[in-house]
Amino acid sequence: MSTPVMDKEERAAKAAADHLITATFRIRRFNPEISAEASWEDFRIEIDPKERVLDALHKIKWEVDGTLTFRRSCAHGICGSDAMRINGRNRLACKTLIKDLSPSKPISVEAIKGLTVLKDLIVDMDPFFQAYRDVMPFLVTSGNEPTRERHQTAEDRERFDDTTKCILCAACTSSCPVFWNDGQYFGPAAIVNAHRFIFDSRDEAAEQRLEILNDKDGVWRCRTTFNCTDACPRGIEVTKAIQEVKRALITRRF
Amino acid sequence: MATDTETTGAGIPTDDTAGYSPDSPAPVIEPPRARTARTPKSTRTNFELYGWLFMRLSGILLFVLVLYHLLIQLVLDGGVTKIGFAFVAGRWASPFWQTWDLVMLWLAMLHGGNGLRTIINDYAERDNTRMWLKMLLYTATVFTVLLGTLVIFTFDPDIR
Repeated sequence: MSTPVMDKEERAAKAAADHLITATFRIRRFNPEISAEASWEDFRIEIDPKERVLDALHKIKWEVDGTLTFRRSCAHGICGSDAMRINGRNRLACKTLIKDLSPSKPISVEAIKGLTVLKDLIVDMDPFFQAYRDVMPFLVTSGNEPTRERHQTAEDRERFDDTTKCILCAACTSSCPVFWNDGQYFGPAAIVNAHRFIFDSRDEAAEQRLEILNDKDGVWRCRTTFNCTDACPRGIEVTKAIQEVKRALITRRF
Repeated sequence: MATDTETTGAGIPTDDTAGYSPDSPAPVIEPPRARTARTPKSTRTNFELYGWLFMRLSGILLFVLVLYHLLIQLVLDGGVTKIGFAFVAGRWASPFWQTWDLVMLWLAMLHGGNGLRTIINDYAERDNTRMWLKMLLYTATVFTVLLGTLVIFTFDPDIR
């Protein structure tokens, strides 16, 4: 009403762009076919601060530079594909809002540490999943298969409830300074998934898993730095789970 | 898995790497942390468990031992100026202080040695570095413990 001269279309465009901000994304790029060195590259884009970092990465990949490479599947914090180091902390790009990162400053995005970078934000997850496989993350039972479900009381289920939430995004393991060094340490994620079965009343291989984690590169290498608990996008109390495995090992022995 | 990885350390591209194509691909980057045939096998001992437990228990004991040691040596009764040959000779005349110092020596050396061992394990990047650092550490630990024990037991106040 007050600006009747303004074109309707122009006004709509202005309203649509009103909530957008200009944010700089400083992304760690690496392409072994171009250079052996990784380098930072800045992208300035217009984006709604209520969007997530993953949306920004999409915008860059789809509209600015199609060679930007990263993993993502569900984009809703369940599949665990897009763990990356955002502003120096391991987070899921799909659960991190841009407005929470003080977007007036450049937002750094790089691959998670401790695993070999294959390209841009993609790392080789094999050592991570190897450690996961090594702790036997599956139900082990003896005797006949029951004809119905294996029953469990609510209290027994509660015992390991926290560690069932793991999505294997590797945010914890790749934030662990002990894992960074030689990668032989099982890492928080593998121990969390061992915990999930060790304390399951239906499972019968707790002894075997404890024996695996009792080894040189097992739980005793944990330095209780709490990096894993801070990094976990699912809020699992990772360090506590590791401590519970340690306690189980000690009480089993004495 | 991952036992079929061969090291291709020499093939890492430098600056002049343009011109890779499907026919001449860039060299494969080997994961440095893959579990290979050379990865040590599991040991199935409780060494790390006992080491971890020892650190906790000896830490509690050392807290008391060292604190009282420092209090007696440096604060009470005239402080540090009173320490001399006669003071040490007088203390080691008592089996109580001999035992105190012996326990403190052994616990402190093993506690510190084990702590340094874990630090070396955590921070040494190459197997050779790690091996030599640990050898140095073990030698120093054994030497100090043996020398200290020898002195405590063979201390002669009448030496001249």
